[in-house]
Amino acid sequence: MNSIGYNDYIRILPELVLTFFGILVMLIDPLLGRGSRKGLGILSLTGSFLAMAAGFYQINFHGPAWFGMVQVDSFSIFFHILIPCISAICILASLEYLDQQNIHSGEYYGLILFGTAGMVLMTSAVELVLIFIALEISSISTYILAGYRRSSAAGTESSIKYFLLGSFATAFFLYGVAMIFGATGSTSIPEIYKALNGATSGALVYIAVALMLIGLGFKVAFAPFHVWTPDVYEGAPAPVVALMSTGPKAAAFAVLLRVLFATAVPNDWIWLIWIAAALSMTLGNFGALIQNNVKRMLAYSSIAHAGYILVAFAAGREIGMAAAIFYTASYAAMNVGAFAVVSHFGGTGERYIDIEDYAGLGKRSPLLAFTLTIFLLSLIGIPLTGGFFAKYYVFNAALHSNLVWLTIIGVVNSAVAAYYYLRLIVMMYMREATVDAPPERVSPSMALALVLAAIGTIYLGVLPGYVLDSAHHGAQALKAGPFSKTVQPANNANAAPVQTLK
Amino acid sequence: MLDNNYFIRYLPLLIQVGVGIALAAVMVTLSHLLGKHKWTPAKNSPYECGITPTGDAQGRFSVKFYMVAMLFILFDVEAVFLYPWAVIARKLGMFGFWEMLVYIGLVLVGFFYIWKKGMIDWNKPERNEA
Amino acid sequence: MNEPNLHLWIIPLLPLVGATINGLLGRHFKNGMVATVALFFTGASFVHAVWAALQGAHLALPHVEEAGNWIWTSSFQAPFGFYLDQLSTVMMLVVTGVGFLIHLYSVGYMAHEGGFYRFFAYLNLFMFFMLTLVLANNYLLMFVGWEGVGLASYLLIGFFFLKDSAANAGKKAFIVNRIGDFAFLIGMFLLIQNFGSLNFGTIFNKLNESSLWPVETSFGVLSVIALMLMIGATGKSAQVPLYVWLPDAMEGPTPVSALIHAATMVTAGIYMIARSSAIFSRAPHTLLIVAIIGCITAVFAATMGMAQTDIKRVLAYSTVSQLGYMFMACGVAAYSAGIFHLMTHAFFKALLFLGAGSVIHAVGGEQDMRRMGGLRKLIPVTFWVMMIATLAIAGIPPLAGFFSKDEILWQASRLPYGHIIFWIIGLITAGLTSFYMFRLIFMTFFGELRLGQVDEGQEAHKANAPAHAQHDAASQSHGHADDHAHSHGGVHESPWIMLAPLVVLAVLSVVGGWVNIPKALGGNQGFANYLAPAIHTPAEIGGEQPGAREVKEEEGERGTELTFTVLSVVVAFAGLGLAWVLYVKRPELPDRITTSIRGMYVLVKNKYYVDEIYNALLVTPLLAISTYVFWRGVDQGVIDGTVNGLGSASKGIGQGLRHMQSGNIRSYAAWVAAGGAAVIAYMIYLGVR
Repeated sequence: MNSIGYNDYIRILPELVLTFFGILVMLIDPLLGRGSRKGLGILSLTGSFLAMAAGFYQINFHGPAWFGMVQVDSFSIFFHILIPCISAICILASLEYLDQQNIHSGEYYGLILFGTAGMVLMTSAVELVLIFIALEISSISTYILAGYRRSSAAGTESSIKYFLLGSFATAFFLYGVAMIFGATGSTSIPEIYKALNGATSGALVYIAVALMLIGLGFKVAFAPFHVWTPDVYEGAPAPVVALMSTGPKAAAFAVLLRVLFATAVPNDWIWLIWIAAALSMTLGNFGALIQNNVKRMLAYSSIAHAGYILVAFAAGREIGMAAAIFYTASYAAMNVGAFAVVSHFGGTGERYIDIEDYAGLGKRSPLLAFTLTIFLLSLIGIPLTGGFFAKYYVFNAALHSNLVWLTIIGVVNSAVAAYYYLRLIVMMYMREATVDAPPERVSPSMALALVLAAIGTIYLGVLPGYVLDSAHHGAQALKAGPFSKTVQPANNANAAPVQTLK
Repeated sequence: MLDNNYFIRYLPLLIQVGVGIALAAVMVTLSHLLGKHKWTPAKNSPYECGITPTGDAQGRFSVKFYMVAMLFILFDVEAVFLYPWAVIARKLGMFGFWEMLVYIGLVLVGFFYIWKKGMIDWNKPERNEA
Repeated sequence: MNEPNLHLWIIPLLPLVGATINGLLGRHFKNGMVATVALFFTGASFVHAVWAALQGAHLALPHVEEAGNWIWTSSFQAPFGFYLDQLSTVMMLVVTGVGFLIHLYSVGYMAHEGGFYRFFAYLNLFMFFMLTLVLANNYLLMFVGWEGVGLASYLLIGFFFLKDSAANAGKKAFIVNRIGDFAFLIGMFLLIQNFGSLNFGTIFNKLNESSLWPVETSFGVLSVIALMLMIGATGKSAQVPLYVWLPDAMEGPTPVSALIHAATMVTAGIYMIARSSAIFSRAPHTLLIVAIIGCITAVFAATMGMAQTDIKRVLAYSTVSQLGYMFMACGVAAYSAGIFHLMTHAFFKALLFLGAGSVIHAVGGEQDMRRMGGLRKLIPVTFWVMMIATLAIAGIPPLAGFFSKDEILWQASRLPYGHIIFWIIGLITAGLTSFYMFRLIFMTFFGELRLGQVDEGQEAHKANAPAHAQHDAASQSHGHADDHAHSHGGVHESPWIMLAPLVVLAVLSVVGGWVNIPKALGGNQGFANYLAPAIHTPAEIGGEQPGAREVKEEEGERGTELTFTVLSVVVAFAGLGLAWVLYVKRPELPDRITTSIRGMYVLVKNKYYVDEIYNALLVTPLLAISTYVFWRGVDQGVIDGTVNGLGSASKGIGQGLRHMQSGNIRSYAAWVAAGGAAVIAYMIYLGVR
């Protein structure tokens, strides 16, 4: 019998904090009468920030926990800090949004916190069944959140579509887990590594990797598993889209990194990723070119960005992994920001979401227009923004691995992408307003959300060093494999021998 | 590479599936070939305990039924978790005890939530939120 | 030796401070305050630059200063570093000096425009990025400046954003430049891959101090890198085939055209090539491409300039053509000649644009030269400075343009990588330049004032010429008017604040060339000698040089050089004379000529239809692909088709429910399943292989 100690709890501290605050929100909500739930929002905001702090606290507590089901290393800590950040900004954006849409329910915040807990757990779990459970926790929360605009047909449609297709895809992942259990006799990533390292892999392993790729491919929305994205993003509430286009994506990419790089599965998947990357970038960018609805446009753009991250996957090696990790962070900053602007500008019932509606925004609301411009420039990849370095590192990694053609496809795509982002900027600054109604005042919480996201975007563009270093450490931790000394510092009191579920 | 006898292990299963399908097919085909065919309206109507069928098969129910059904399943599954715990409760010792207390506490929180939300109250008027 | 700290970072930072102050607070300032802030910070930057240049004379150049870390990882570092050598000294002085004069001019020019503070904030922002570009000590920081000037230019072109054409021109400039920028990026990746660094010092030292990098005899790594950098430069410096944005960029206010699209930003490509001379000199194949592109651009743009009627467009094509000269100079490895021409061109082309602005200002926003004329008496100062600039650009001795252009022509014929063909084309271009520039002068300042009246003769001629060409010209001239809100009482000279910079630039256009008098004329080529340490020519590198001709210092060389010089002066005067005959002596002749060679004229007039060809070949198919294949085909055809089919089948169901029809999801699920099947099939194939 393994003893369970203090460290085990520390190593799931962010999850514990998030769950605790989630439960607290759910407990308090029924006790409140009708009316705004701003208080609960601020409570969950506190929760997110505490979870982030817990992530920082974990830096001194590397090592496995809970019978080897959870692994805290530089890699998971990176996401433990990133994901609560994302949800904090989404909550800030929601504070105003929910009142604007006349939605008074505290469960919304609870679900965000539970979902975040799931995402955080995904990044540190090293046991496939636990990863699956975490994936479901995050997915189910987002399924419900997607349908929160209950009065709108599009909202309900979005939720149902997301739910049906999502469960379809998670089934693939589960089959994959079953297959790999069949092949190696274990679902624990270190055990799988032990079983596969050096041995020739059977067909089962290949099928398992294929199935898991499909399941995770749906979550990160790369082609050809992207079809749900535009419809779902269009219907879901904008702050929720901000969350689900970045948080679960980052977490799913983390799982993908672990599954592909830490399990010693044969690396023949590289051509699949190559094709998926090229397809995602192309379909995403060309799809976005002709959209008139900003949410749909950003949805297609998110497909394209998933493609860029896959380029880093195809590049492999440490710099490829680091580039992918860095990209998730910088994409999170700019995309959360962009959707926050969309969410504010949409107004009651999200009326203003067409590109034409943005005409003249530069004059009518300089703050919104300016921050949106920063995010869009970053999405294009203009220097001094996070998007530039993200793309730069990705393509750099690809060239290091001699993926010249993929780089060219990516670079051409970036040029195409500039067109539709610029269209929006031109619309904001160079056209007269067509909407008569003055835009609503930007509330302090929304302003804070925008400023935080903008600072993040600029910070990553001007001083990417620290985050990039962390990404490199994460990649090293992943590359070092589950048994490396660097991953388990000496002060680890109860380094439990890895136990498998049998 | 696969082991040579890898799928052989599943051969009996395959045979059983095959026999099952074949048996069903043979029975239906035989009765179709051998039986007499005399169609009357009464024979064509769906079987409903002798009552004349009315309305659409896809009737609508109040959402409350689904709610109750869902809650039943939730609490049922949660209660079932107690059984495996009970089997090894002694081995787990005090740790297991506290863990189970936390677990039950969480279930209670859920119960409190649905109670206060009025989901157990059948006659509670619908709250118009959105 | 302890090197003094010159605080080079202050030079770019000062304009940024100005931009920030004006950008954030400017709307609360009076115009005078805005102007003071903008002028103060630009002027201070100029003063600091001059001081640094003087200090630099006593230092061992290149002098590098690092103001802080920017990116630091174990494998790759890029600091906020600044690099002062002869080349960046020249550029820095040109940018701050000409920039300051243009700021001064703008105070008068923009006085009556809306968005005064916005204009100066953008202009200062541009200065910041341009100085970053020029002073950076690594390619990455240079690229930041590179992109930044693009952004500032985009903002300034679209300054009159209420005009559709202005907004579109801004967008066009931005997108065309992106194509070049990405090639630049790829070049940088390749540099990192091969040298592990982007610092100028590191790369050039590695190149120069090891025998691993001889002049490439085949199309090797360095040739590819140079090619990528060159494509980047063609975008920024408006060379064929990426020049199309520059003429449209004339939509911006005239001082912007002078500063960004004549004197500074567009020369960034030339600067970059000269800066990378250590790479280019080792890549003779790419050098040849550079020279050919420069050559084609020079002559091509010059012919287009001949048929324009919009005063700013003539100057725009002239700029493209002159940039072609500089490209050609770099292509024959005569980098210092290119930079020399860059400098003199900055003086006289800025002067020409500012003069044109003064003319436009005087006639109340009219830009069509056919409606000007006879302005010589009305605005004498403007006339004289324009005349000086025109003499300079036409290459009449002893003005600045004569020396720099002659240097390029001579080097193009003489250097190992040069060829007599380059010289011939350069000479033809010089003649064309002289012709269209004097055509501008004669149409604007001589003859009768045709302002406000639509010339009957012109109208009659219009009836003969193809209608659309005329339409085009008319609507252009209409749309290009700088939207002067105030009405002019009549033609009048500009205020002193606009004239003072003109006079200073005129003086520079006269004397600017005297720093580099060729040996054949008894000079000592001081400028070329000064630049020499910062530039790496193929001759320095030595070794086997494919494609290079043997060049001997012959006794008769000075004689040849003199002959060539005389020839180019003769050609310049021939252009002048032709323009005189056609536009002053017998003004009815041009119409007859254009009628007799109508096809050719229409072709040139419409700029060889390059814009239309680009539209047909690139833009339309791209849009068509996205519309028909991806949107109509995949999105609407495959996905929506299923929905719509089901939707129309079940008519009774409401509109909202129709979208929820599971058919939609089924078709989505079918996509996922099909993709999944493909993935699984592939992996099984690998597994049992």
